[in-house]
Amino acid sequence: MSPSTDSFEEIESAVVRFAGDSGDGMQTVGERFTDSSAFAGNDIATLPDFPAEIRAPAGTLAGVSGFQLQFGSRKILTPGDEPDALVAMNPAALKANIDDLPEGGMLVVNVDSFKKMNLSKAGYEKSPLEDEDFRKKYHLIELDLTSLTKEALKDSPLKPSDKARCKNFFALGFMYYVYGRPLEPTLKFFNEKWGERLPDLADANSTALRAGFNLGDTMETARNRYQVSKAPVQAGVYRKIAGNEALVYGLVAGAKQANRELLYAGYPITPASPILEGLSALKKFGVKTLQAEDEIAAMGMAIGASFAGDLSVVATSGPGMCLKSEFIGLASITELPVVIVDVQRGGPSTGLPTKTEQSDLLQSLYARHGDCPLPVLAAHSPSDCFDCAIEASRIALTYMTPVILLSDLYVANGAEPWKIPNVSELPEIKIKFADPNQELVVYKRDPQTLARTQAIPGQAGLEHRIGGLEKSEDGGVSYDPENHEKMTYLRAEKINCIAKSYEPISVQGEKSGKLLVIGWGGTYGAISSATKILQDEGFSVSSLHLRHLNPLPNDLESLLSSFEKVIVPELNLGQLSTILKAKYLCDIVSCNKVQGKPFKVAELREEFVKHLSAN
Amino acid sequence: MSTTTEESTLTKKDFVTTNDVRWCPGCGDYAILNAVQRTLPELGVPKEKFVVVSGIGCSSRFPYYMNTYGFHTIHGRAPTVATGVKVANPDLSVWMITGDGDGLSIGANHLLHLLRRNLDINVLLFNNRIYGLTKGQYSPTSEVGKKTKSTPAGSVDYPVNPLLFALGSEATFIARTTDTDQKHMVETFKAAQAHKGTSFVEVFQNCVIFNNKTFDSVTGRDVRNDQVMLLEEGKPLVYGDGGTKGIRLKGLNLETVDLDEGSNTEDLLVHNPKDPNPAYATLLAQMTFPTYPTPLGILRQLEGRETYEDSVVGQIQLAQAEGEGSLQELLTGNNSWIVES
Repeated sequence: MSPSTDSFEEIESAVVRFAGDSGDGMQTVGERFTDSSAFAGNDIATLPDFPAEIRAPAGTLAGVSGFQLQFGSRKILTPGDEPDALVAMNPAALKANIDDLPEGGMLVVNVDSFKKMNLSKAGYEKSPLEDEDFRKKYHLIELDLTSLTKEALKDSPLKPSDKARCKNFFALGFMYYVYGRPLEPTLKFFNEKWGERLPDLADANSTALRAGFNLGDTMETARNRYQVSKAPVQAGVYRKIAGNEALVYGLVAGAKQANRELLYAGYPITPASPILEGLSALKKFGVKTLQAEDEIAAMGMAIGASFAGDLSVVATSGPGMCLKSEFIGLASITELPVVIVDVQRGGPSTGLPTKTEQSDLLQSLYARHGDCPLPVLAAHSPSDCFDCAIEASRIALTYMTPVILLSDLYVANGAEPWKIPNVSELPEIKIKFADPNQELVVYKRDPQTLARTQAIPGQAGLEHRIGGLEKSEDGGVSYDPENHEKMTYLRAEKINCIAKSYEPISVQGEKSGKLLVIGWGGTYGAISSATKILQDEGFSVSSLHLRHLNPLPNDLESLLSSFEKVIVPELNLGQLSTILKAKYLCDIVSCNKVQGKPFKVAELREEFVKHLSAN
Repeated sequence: MSTTTEESTLTKKDFVTTNDVRWCPGCGDYAILNAVQRTLPELGVPKEKFVVVSGIGCSSRFPYYMNTYGFHTIHGRAPTVATGVKVANPDLSVWMITGDGDGLSIGANHLLHLLRRNLDINVLLFNNRIYGLTKGQYSPTSEVGKKTKSTPAGSVDYPVNPLLFALGSEATFIARTTDTDQKHMVETFKAAQAHKGTSFVEVFQNCVIFNNKTFDSVTGRDVRNDQVMLLEEGKPLVYGDGGTKGIRLKGLNLETVDLDEGSNTEDLLVHNPKDPNPAYATLLAQMTFPTYPTPLGILRQLEGRETYEDSVVGQIQLAQAEGEGSLQELLTGNNSWIVES
């Protein structure tokens, strides 16, 4: 059922947003649209946006769940600033999203749900669809989604209420028609998910999807069809990947490359739980997953497993990081490798648990007592989580240290196409345990990395004690003031050494000029896109996205001095810019946003232009 | 614990470190250290397989004095680290040392979860009913009315009963011993090691500086014959000099009976630590001075519950029965597509 191409308008990219009740299956249709677009060869970026409550009262603004994606025939780095098309399943979804839809944008509404009760729950005194100005402002397509779906499924043995729930796929089918998406990946999905277990449901959803698609074909108002050609990408095998998923695979790969068993300990927390769930499903890879009694326990289990020789990992979000702090100090002083993932969300405290933010950088760098520097790195996109997980494993094992890997909700839940790496080309992590034939000196250090050697329990002749009390080089408890100072310096110097192992930093654009934009983490897409637009317009602007936030790259300082102005956009009140100012004594412009939402390309572009135009 | 290997030639000396032991002179911890160092060589476990994990407090300095692998962790959290060690390498014999503050105050949550998960770990809880390392504040096992530096008018906290706590956590092995009885400690520690599952052992321990003689009314030389009841499986509950008194059930309570020469002992309770019903062990755990003698020995020993680490490893073995996963297949997934050059 591949659509014909005769009546298409060719466009470079499009942004589509689905919005409905949190029980309406908006995340599911968003993911299916993503898969279909990936299958069609487009580049994509997604932004799931859902409320903290699993099912807030139906029909209310609090319960609106959305999924936005951008797909295109060019490189797509963000899910798009504003939608070209909005699908609103009820009045609340309309109200919560309509301000983002530009004039002339396509608006598909489920008119069946525009009843008095739902209108009132959404705070509408009367239906906006009755307002002539409103109707003229958008390209409005009114569909009786609920009744159309029930009609399409009149022969299905499902209960009427279950039939009505297939309306999300009816709507999806309609949007597939508009954007010329292939149905095959979604039909395959239905079959794989429900084909055996609930064949009636698989059939009903397939029928609803096809009916929605066919409706588009017969409807006058849907005659504007768009075509988005394949994106020019490097040859290879691709798949769609979400951030947390990529992180899971990266951890498994890191352990394999290091020839260690992987032990993961975690406590459920949004938005890190999918890492616990993902790894728990990988027992075939020998992954041990422990669901701990709390965040502290998870960290303790990881430290114990690390002492026993596993590659141990924990993942959490901001509040969980607070709880782990004391244990992270223990891992630092005992010099044990642990990968600590913080999938950031809006804070402080419970804050905005389902919205994105980059506000745990200072916490990651400093929230421990004593002088306790640790390596910190940040993933900048869903697929980058894979590479960062391997890099974090490398640093942890090579330098015998806990490592903090920052992700964020936007990166964790977002998805993009990923060129699947060849396993045989992954970097090897060759770290040996202590040799039982040699006398063990617990804190004797490798001259290059300053890392101590790890001796694991079970080896005769290497029995030794470690712990939270300061030690001398031979592993004995030491209260000697000069020894403490020496060990504190050594631990700090060891962390500084890590920078020597980095690849040179990679700048988007010239290595000198008027404006340098420095970012980190999930703002990569927006910063890169805004920079590219301005470069194409002839402005002297370059951007740098830092993966390593501690220690900072050794080649950063000279780059900073090669630009007239440096701007640091962050989804916090200026955490990286504070660090850069303190470390390099340079002038930095902060550009901040803390609304639980990612930067829009347009707002960054506007901000950059302001600094490029100023003298 | 049930890690056994061939007969070893280890002696107590093999477990002594060169570190100076820094407990206060006369501290009960010395006696416990001695008993553990006497126990370990007799277990048939190679020395390199022992790992001693502790939290924070006087008792938790223990690993530094044991010539084994050891980890002195942070306050209250030893159960979590011990869990990580054991799951990472189930072949190790893990001994966890904690105290009444470490294990039952700041770390009670973790202790509960360790016990219910039933990892094959031996937990020795040194109960001295005081915070010693912080110089004498009342602890969660201090009696109501206890006057300490932080409770000049007497403690108003109702104390935790460690044995009831362990019962409530459904621990599969629960025992009590005392720092004043080397032989009993060694026997108890050996039984703990022999048990497959978490073994919880409360050790009455005297703090000579801040809570001296707290257990003297029970375990003091002059009174212990009358105040201590040694539990022996299959034997009636008797105590007193030469067994002059016994314990029987009256309704849902226990009562003490005087046993005259030749009197009938048939209605005395017979010790059965393997009774699956926790009611009996609960009655024992609640026996306190001065109404009852204080029971020492193994209160409860349940067999058959799988250990946590065996379950974890078992699930992995099952998943790998037909071979390990291919990383390349995992990365490729089911929905990949090819982009031609």
